[in-house]
Amino acid sequence: MAYQNWMIEKDDDDICWLHLDVADSSTNVLSSAVLDELNQILNELAQSLPKGIVFVSDKNNGFIAGADINEFTHITTEQQATDFLQRGHDIMNKIESLPCVSVAMIKGFCLGGGMELALACSYRVMCDDKSTRVGLPEIKLGIHPGYGGSVRSILKAGPVAAMNAMLTGRMLTGRVAKSMNLVDDLVPERQLKRAARYFVINKPIPRPLGIKDKIMNHRLVRPLIANQMRKTVAKKAPQQHYPAPYQLISLWQKHMDNPRRMLEKEIESVASLVTNPTAQNLVRVFFLMENLKTQGRKKDFDPRHIHVIGGGVMGGDIAAWCALRGFNVTVQDQKPEMLAGTMQRSLTMFQKKFKKDKRSIRESMDRLVPDTKGVGIKQADLIIEAIFEDKNVKQTLYKSIEPQMKEGAILATNTSSIPLEELATCLKDPGRLVGIHFFNPVALMPLVEIVRGENTDEKIMNQALAFGRHIDKLPLPVKSSPGFLVNRILMPYLLEAVEMVGEGIAPEMVDKAALNFGMPMGPIELADTVGLDVCRSVATILSKDQNLNLPKRMESMVEHKKLGKKSGEGFYKWVKGKPVKDKNASYANLKELEDRMIMRFLNEAAACLREKVVATEDLIDAGVIFGTGFAPFRGGPLHYIHAQGVATLSNRLDELNKLYGTRFKANEVWDSLGSG
Amino acid sequence: MSKQDVFIVDGSRTPFLKARGKPGPFLASDLAVAAARPLLLRQNFPLDALDEVIVGCIMPSADEANIARVIALRLGIPQTVPAWTVQRNCASGMQALDSAYHNISAGHADLILAGGTESMSRAPVLYNDLMVNWLSMLMSAKTFGQKLQVFTKLRPAHLKPVIALVRGLTDPIVGLSMGQTTEKIAYRFGITRDQMDEFSVTSHKRLAEAHDSGRLEEIEAIYDGRGNYYDFDDGIRRDSSMPNLARLKPYFDRTYGMVTPGNSAQITDGAAMLILASAKMVKKYDLPVLAKIKDSQWAGLDPAEMGLGPAHAMAPILKRNKLTINDIDYWEINEAFAGQVLGCIEAWQRDDYCKEHLGFKTAIGEIPHEKLNIDGGSVSMGHPVGASGARIVLHLANVLKHKNAHRGIASLCIGGGQGGAMMIERAGEQ
Repeated sequence: MAYQNWMIEKDDDDICWLHLDVADSSTNVLSSAVLDELNQILNELAQSLPKGIVFVSDKNNGFIAGADINEFTHITTEQQATDFLQRGHDIMNKIESLPCVSVAMIKGFCLGGGMELALACSYRVMCDDKSTRVGLPEIKLGIHPGYGGSVRSILKAGPVAAMNAMLTGRMLTGRVAKSMNLVDDLVPERQLKRAARYFVINKPIPRPLGIKDKIMNHRLVRPLIANQMRKTVAKKAPQQHYPAPYQLISLWQKHMDNPRRMLEKEIESVASLVTNPTAQNLVRVFFLMENLKTQGRKKDFDPRHIHVIGGGVMGGDIAAWCALRGFNVTVQDQKPEMLAGTMQRSLTMFQKKFKKDKRSIRESMDRLVPDTKGVGIKQADLIIEAIFEDKNVKQTLYKSIEPQMKEGAILATNTSSIPLEELATCLKDPGRLVGIHFFNPVALMPLVEIVRGENTDEKIMNQALAFGRHIDKLPLPVKSSPGFLVNRILMPYLLEAVEMVGEGIAPEMVDKAALNFGMPMGPIELADTVGLDVCRSVATILSKDQNLNLPKRMESMVEHKKLGKKSGEGFYKWVKGKPVKDKNASYANLKELEDRMIMRFLNEAAACLREKVVATEDLIDAGVIFGTGFAPFRGGPLHYIHAQGVATLSNRLDELNKLYGTRFKANEVWDSLGSG
Repeated sequence: MSKQDVFIVDGSRTPFLKARGKPGPFLASDLAVAAARPLLLRQNFPLDALDEVIVGCIMPSADEANIARVIALRLGIPQTVPAWTVQRNCASGMQALDSAYHNISAGHADLILAGGTESMSRAPVLYNDLMVNWLSMLMSAKTFGQKLQVFTKLRPAHLKPVIALVRGLTDPIVGLSMGQTTEKIAYRFGITRDQMDEFSVTSHKRLAEAHDSGRLEEIEAIYDGRGNYYDFDDGIRRDSSMPNLARLKPYFDRTYGMVTPGNSAQITDGAAMLILASAKMVKKYDLPVLAKIKDSQWAGLDPAEMGLGPAHAMAPILKRNKLTINDIDYWEINEAFAGQVLGCIEAWQRDDYCKEHLGFKTAIGEIPHEKLNIDGGSVSMGHPVGASGARIVLHLANVLKHKNAHRGIASLCIGGGQGGAMMIERAGEQ
């Protein structure tokens, strides 16, 4: 019988190779159609049992990326969710209880449901190339593994390693997966098929759990470990906002003694999570990310050499990141001591990224060339200027480099405050100037704002967006207007926080109010981290066009060189890179503080929509989440406005307007939001 | 005699970094990569236009077999461009240039990256034979008892290391250290300790002046990834003076000798890389031309007087090209030892030596001190053995450019009793 998505190949050794090649999709996902066919195939095979079966992907990009998240969005009731999960469970159980051996032959990504399928097999062999990764990232979507993966991963890897992998949702390299015992062997691609065959024929005894893992799994020990896990998780994800990790921990704590029962309870747990708004919003965030990825098409631009001008923290980190992503990079600065610092930070970045892989570290270092004389300019397909914010200095630089640039090469500026239109006036070809605005720290921040100046060529804009994808960032097209999207939306929120500190409210309480809302870091701590001088200069630029008042307190702190983390004191005292917080600080009405900050945030987001700084509501939400870390479980500021109700929130704005002044005046767009 | 003209297009070197008694921050391949990256970025040709890469190096590390290939691939030069390593002791860098010169001249190649590199501070320290035998016994011991027995045989003598650098700087045929061969030359020609020290003071002064003037543009700064950068030859002693040098004790012939660390080349890490091209490539890619290679020569002599190598290698070039000392605008003779350079100058002024050894009827003449090593040499900047031969040719070309001069000869002595020389010209004043 022929299938849409599967191809069955039987060889002379009576091994049945099950090739998955999902129709009309670039990636293998476990959609309903795929699972239904697999169910049929398994029934068929049970009739005439082969010696063993091997799961293989016929896609180049990976094994199985996971469940079909689109289907996930159609689930509205817990019953639907239960049925959906039960079907998956039945199939995984069927694979597990096959009388013959089953092997998952993993090359490329093997994630979520795909990994759960692999875990249901008797053995897993994994390719040792760099693009092969396994993982159970469900937690990032507000759920946890739901096709038996939570049970089976713990049985294979032990509770500590498996729970760590599931609670962080991180991708695991082959080396890590092998050492965890999640896969049985790690081999080069040339041996992958032979290894799969070896496991079918020889049926080696799988490595059992060690004594330590057995102790950790013991009924009497589990509560202790589980509490420790809860404490660790709480630092990153508070329970009221993120229920999934806590449910996963409880699932293990309560039911590990009876894996069968734990499998059933897993269905219940995930079914309750799926319909929770957190999961729905995190799925929304996932799609927002996919949306950002489609903003740039890699084929629009094929750069080889990137030249970065400016060896400061920003320029240096941009250069290092590009080298890490495989480009030839020159980083230019007149001062060799700046470049020495750049090379040091770069080496640290590469070591963090590549760990013990010394050859990859050396390759990246060899691709990154410090350049005091500007020899990289004429080689570059893209020049990124990241020098200090001074229009005249930038223009002098542009004038000197433009004649040396290759034909068709792009000139990009990392400016966050000078309008592109003003910078472009000095160029013979103003169309080649585009903004590529990175965020600090470059290695960790996923977003780059791609800034379209009035003169920017459409082709250059598309190439800059493509570049964003080439360096594995999320490119957001934004209009050239003060602060672009991210800084502009952040600033009123930060200033409101500073204002409140000026009113005598403890910074600890201001930060706590923001954390309660779900921000990743309090605004006062953020201001200290970024540097108050930087905040002030961005705010000054924005205040020209917007209803912004610089709090006096900020001015005086900058004058007294209290700049935050870098000077050792800002709003907080900083010791060893950590702020010293007063544990006894208190404030009666935290909700009021939260509202004041968040309402200004939302109001500015609405203003950006009205002014079309970014094209759509979804892109604003995406940019704000990936650029500021805005509480992801709330699905973005505009989504949040709709979820809470436009009327409710605009009434709240009116109240605040009366209490605190016109900076809370509702932006005109609120009326039209209501109808949307 | 050459079929095709061969041009030096451009070149760069690292600063030469004095060995500080422990492995330096850079491997030999790191140094060559650092010198060649900016050099290649300056060029107008794509990297696949290169026909080959040739690098001289005496003691690469264990992970740098055929170091030229390692360097080429690390530079991102396409895999299809072959690379090979040459070794002629202290002249390895010049050998790389000479091999490139011959291949282009003969029409086998048109564009070559060539040079030399050495990380002397990282020269291997080896187990001695006793230890190697002991280790092999240990490997073949099967049982715990046997192993224990092997362990009882370990003696302090096993742990005495073989320092490859010291062995390499001792002639295996005549058993003299390189410093001792210079003592022999000084004895033969009556060169004094004061002459050697004076030569050395000048070397330091000239290098300091060259650095300060900013004309050593051939140096590319090198970065170690630990927050440091190096942009000058750090063995230089700006306070070098006769009284200071007089305080140093003779090192090779102890007590009675004259050769001290102060009038010898320093143990140093460094690399120099050049691009050589045919006229065809110069035209095709509109390459700048620094100089043209006119001639080269290798010579053999008594290993016990290896320092006279330049006298033997340069003489045939003058003779063949019918030139006199006055026709040469500038000279670079590598300063392995001050006494050895002085010996070469002296030899050319002796009728008997020129007649007996160099095939001239009378003395060749005196090389003017103000035309020789005008920006210092290995005594002040150090002598990374594989690199110096390439450095002196590159620097000579730059001297000719700065002085708008026409013709120069670069030469060096070679441990084992050889000399190498190369004559270059540029379209300067005739």
